[in-house]
Amino acid sequence: MPRFPRLFASALFLALFFAFLPRTALSQENPYIVTYDQFLEEPRNLEVEYFSTYGTQRGGNDFHAYWLEFEYGATAWWTTEIYLDAQTTFHDSTVFTVVRWENRFRPLKREHFINPVLYVEYEHVNGADKILKEIEGHDVESDFLPLNAEARKEIKNELELKLILGSNFKGWNVSENFLFVKNLTGEPWEFGYAAGVSRPLALKAAAKRCTLCPQNFVAGVEMYGGLGNTSSFGLNETSQYLAPVVVWNMPSGWTLRASPTFGLNGNSHQFMIRWGIAREISGFGDMVKKVFGGHA
Amino acid sequence: MILLVSLCFAQNQPKTEKPARNSSQDYSELTRAPEKARVRPNPFENDPNAVIAGQFLFEGHCAECHGTSGVGGKKGPSLRAPEVQDATPGTLFWLLTGGVARKGMPVWSKLPEAQRWQLVRYLKSLRPTNDSNIERP
Repeated sequence: MPRFPRLFASALFLALFFAFLPRTALSQENPYIVTYDQFLEEPRNLEVEYFSTYGTQRGGNDFHAYWLEFEYGATAWWTTEIYLDAQTTFHDSTVFTVVRWENRFRPLKREHFINPVLYVEYEHVNGADKILKEIEGHDVESDFLPLNAEARKEIKNELELKLILGSNFKGWNVSENFLFVKNLTGEPWEFGYAAGVSRPLALKAAAKRCTLCPQNFVAGVEMYGGLGNTSSFGLNETSQYLAPVVVWNMPSGWTLRASPTFGLNGNSHQFMIRWGIAREISGFGDMVKKVFGGHA
Repeated sequence: MILLVSLCFAQNQPKTEKPARNSSQDYSELTRAPEKARVRPNPFENDPNAVIAGQFLFEGHCAECHGTSGVGGKKGPSLRAPEVQDATPGTLFWLLTGGVARKGMPVWSKLPEAQRWQLVRYLKSLRPTNDSNIERP
């Protein structure tokens, strides 16, 4: 087994281990897969997430990209997250593609009508990355045509900044993300956006324990795409996507997301199906403290 | 592998449910609720089901820090303390909505407004604990 898939497999094993720890918390997640909302992870909780994207490719081979997220609530105003990404291109190969470290900060103390969150991410990515977690600059479908062996030779170190704005109004969540990406080797700044709107199927909680109650489901839609770069800002030669999204927050602590995704122009993948599963482990930070002799 | 096994043991250690007064027992934020928020009535005040629904929400979202019976822990203050039990429903709703991020209390506006009021209804149904029963450091 090549080195990078083995690393991903080890991480997957770890994720499964954490996921089956019994001390879990009830999640109340929004359904977005690309758009970030204004909410951070609860302090000292760890959320382990697996996401998967099956995408079509005109003129080439379809692909299955997947990633693992370890999201930790360092404080009530700071969430830090590690990503490991990989992809399998059919009739080609499987490659590990990205390591990302992201941080989100909530600068305002209290809840306001619009709530900003600042996002800073460093990523070490190769050209075979296909998770489409962010669309930026002039990313287009034809970028995915090269074979993995060729594409993975291109290595990029990128700094990614986001301004996340989120509002809750009468049960609806509206979130907007403005994306700024800089390849640290000196290429121009690239821009992108994501926006989503969602609402739980019921706003009031039922007076019984239930898995299929409507309050456990949140449905919505998100839209995202590139906005060019500093030398050519705008929608020209960019890809754009529209995706209905739904999440099922199970009382057992598991969260299941699904999203069929549609390309909106000729530069976009025509269709993708995305899904993800997550498990929140409450008090993870305290468990680690105990292991190392501290007082939780 | 040893680390993983240790984590399993760590998370399985029993947690005490003793009321505790420590550095996390700070109720000062409750006094900062604006008048407009303080006087808001709970729309579920007369809904008996709201207590049960609120209890399920509490167990899922709040018990980790505030203890399964709301007596508090090292991370979150007792919710049976007079400061909480004497606060108006509107004050509790205001605090729940905005959180106290600098002191570790997350924002709970991710829960729909109706569910936050159900939680408040449950909190107000808890039996108050006298301050004298609370351990001091």
